[in-house]
Amino acid sequence: MPFGEIISILLEGALVTLKIVALALPLAAVMAFGFGMLRLYAPKPIKYLAIIYIEFFRGTSALIQLYWIYFVLPFFGFSFDAMTAGVVALGLNIGAYGTEVVRGAMASVPKGQYEAAVALNFSSTQRLWRILMPQALVNMIPPFGNLAIELVKATSLVSLITIADLTYRAKALADMTLQVTEIFAVVLVLYFLFAQVLAIGFRVLEKKLSRGLGRGGLGQ
Amino acid sequence: MSQPLIEFQGVEKRFGDTVIFKDFNFSVEDGEIVSIIGPSGSGKSTLLRILMTLEGIEGGVVNVAGEPLWHKRTANGLVPADNKHLHRMRHHLGMVFQHFNLFPHMSVKRNITEAPMRVQGKTKAEAEAIADELLELVGMSDKADMYPNELSGGQKQRVGIARALAMQPSILLLDEITSALDPELVDEVLDVIRNLAKKHSFTMLLVTHEMYFAREISDRVCFFDQGAIVEEGEPEQIFTAPKETRTQAFLNAYMSQ
Amino acid sequence: MNGFDWDWQFTFEVMPTILEAAKVTLLATLLGSCLAIVVGLSFALLRRSGFFLVRSITYWIVEFVRSTPLLVQIFFLYYVMPEFGISMSPLLTGVLALGLHYGAYLSEVFRSGIDGVEKGQWEASRALNLSVFDTYKDIVLPQALRPMIPATGNYIIAMFKETPQLSAITLLEMLQVAKIIGSENFRYLEPFTLVGVLYLLFSLIAAYGIHCVERRFPKEGITLK
Repeated sequence: MPFGEIISILLEGALVTLKIVALALPLAAVMAFGFGMLRLYAPKPIKYLAIIYIEFFRGTSALIQLYWIYFVLPFFGFSFDAMTAGVVALGLNIGAYGTEVVRGAMASVPKGQYEAAVALNFSSTQRLWRILMPQALVNMIPPFGNLAIELVKATSLVSLITIADLTYRAKALADMTLQVTEIFAVVLVLYFLFAQVLAIGFRVLEKKLSRGLGRGGLGQ
Repeated sequence: MSQPLIEFQGVEKRFGDTVIFKDFNFSVEDGEIVSIIGPSGSGKSTLLRILMTLEGIEGGVVNVAGEPLWHKRTANGLVPADNKHLHRMRHHLGMVFQHFNLFPHMSVKRNITEAPMRVQGKTKAEAEAIADELLELVGMSDKADMYPNELSGGQKQRVGIARALAMQPSILLLDEITSALDPELVDEVLDVIRNLAKKHSFTMLLVTHEMYFAREISDRVCFFDQGAIVEEGEPEQIFTAPKETRTQAFLNAYMSQ
Repeated sequence: MNGFDWDWQFTFEVMPTILEAAKVTLLATLLGSCLAIVVGLSFALLRRSGFFLVRSITYWIVEFVRSTPLLVQIFFLYYVMPEFGISMSPLLTGVLALGLHYGAYLSEVFRSGIDGVEKGQWEASRALNLSVFDTYKDIVLPQALRPMIPATGNYIIAMFKETPQLSAITLLEMLQVAKIIGSENFRYLEPFTLVGVLYLLFSLIAAYGIHCVERRFPKEGITLK
């Protein structure tokens, strides 16, 4: 097969990979914030529910979760197409890890900030949203960047439920042609470039946010 | 004699098994400036933190302006205070912290205007007018648009003072406000407090290790040890003729440093 | 719900087969961990090399391995190695991929562990005229070990949880066996749930084990033989 044709097939797969990332990332963010805050501040029964979600999704692997959603849930009457199953599984999985980022970042705000907010008589809602959260947000950016890269890597799993993403096409082409070394080299480089672009993006975001919030970092 | 502005009656405070205060009694009159000195771990800061509602109490009553701070009066006697009551009581109090605790994500001016706007419902113009006046008072007018991590320790603490004053408290709590500062920056902060003491009739309660400053500014000095007031009196008497041996030992150790 | 009930009889029927496959999973994890530790330590030491070129090449290798998917690396080894005349069993291929991938992660753990040893220790070793090798072996690594335990343990657990990806190259580990059972019986609920529960159980036990090792580990470090 001509190399140009291989490249164009792979690039189409890369678009599918990008699409999954674009859909799963917002879901993961919502889960991370939602359950992270519930884990921190919700009353007991709801808090335990959050812990169960977090521990379950962190304790088993993304592939098992993907298979469970794709193969088992249909027996309960919840049928998903492969794409939805992939986005949901990856979003929930990465989101569970994200809750720990949210929790860690909230805990990293010095206790004195809370105390100053009490002394100035802010209400508990104001303390959370005006004082603690803006500072925690800056601390969340680097670990969220790492998780976004983990998400890109994890999207390769959807190839195992027949979604024609970058990995799926690489394997299919490798089975059909003899140019396996070139194919996998291109695929690895493409994933690497994704990760680098994300890493740079998050670094820029961190710089921007920390400038807006405190001109280059926190701490006193 | 009128009722004291601050009154601790038989207060008990524990951290786990460690008893900080037991049957502790203490009072401060309206407009009085009281310095609290003593070895670390003697409960000095805890006293201020109880007043600022940062620490609860296990027994007894604390009255501020004639009202219980940690309790609410009901038909059935005193019940533990709820958030609403604490919120209302905190209007009497302002606090300046050892480690400043400025909000790093806000400019100097925003640090000062945020609470008056959000908590007291002042307009932006009103809050900024107050901030400008206070920044002038602490000598920081030219730094209004800077961020806390661009300031020196002394400058941060002056902003900390302005921020506390912006809420117009009747009681100002100063918790070792110069302990975290380099020696050469201590005076610029103390000067601000000297000015305040002269011009305004605040009630001030300060925990400090600056003995000469306590002597100069206070109406009364209390020597704390192990959760109790060992000796209290006019500064001249405490510093020149302490009666208790523990006070003498503490001051001697301090002077020989 | 359409009345799909959990079948205990089926569960007990498939349990032995899945537990048998758990041996393969555990073996892959064990071998993978050993390799990852060797690879991680090598990379960590190369990152501290005196030559700029060695340092920067190692950095980019580690960065590359860490930011590309394990699954693609598994496929890469599985398809590409035979091109160069090396053919390996799925198990060996899997162990190699796991060892490389997690070795890259571990190198960062080891590096920060080594960096965490006080500079004075190096200076004292130099003053005593110890060779670089002896300094690492007798002075630096024994002190660096304890702080590395939690992160190393977490990565080994993470590796364990990613072994299902080896099913993609036909290794008969737990998930692959569960999938085969599922497709033969048209019942995925019990086998997949069983595998999930087993993974959760093993992870929890391992996490507790690491916690114990860390607690028991002498604070002053140990002497390496």
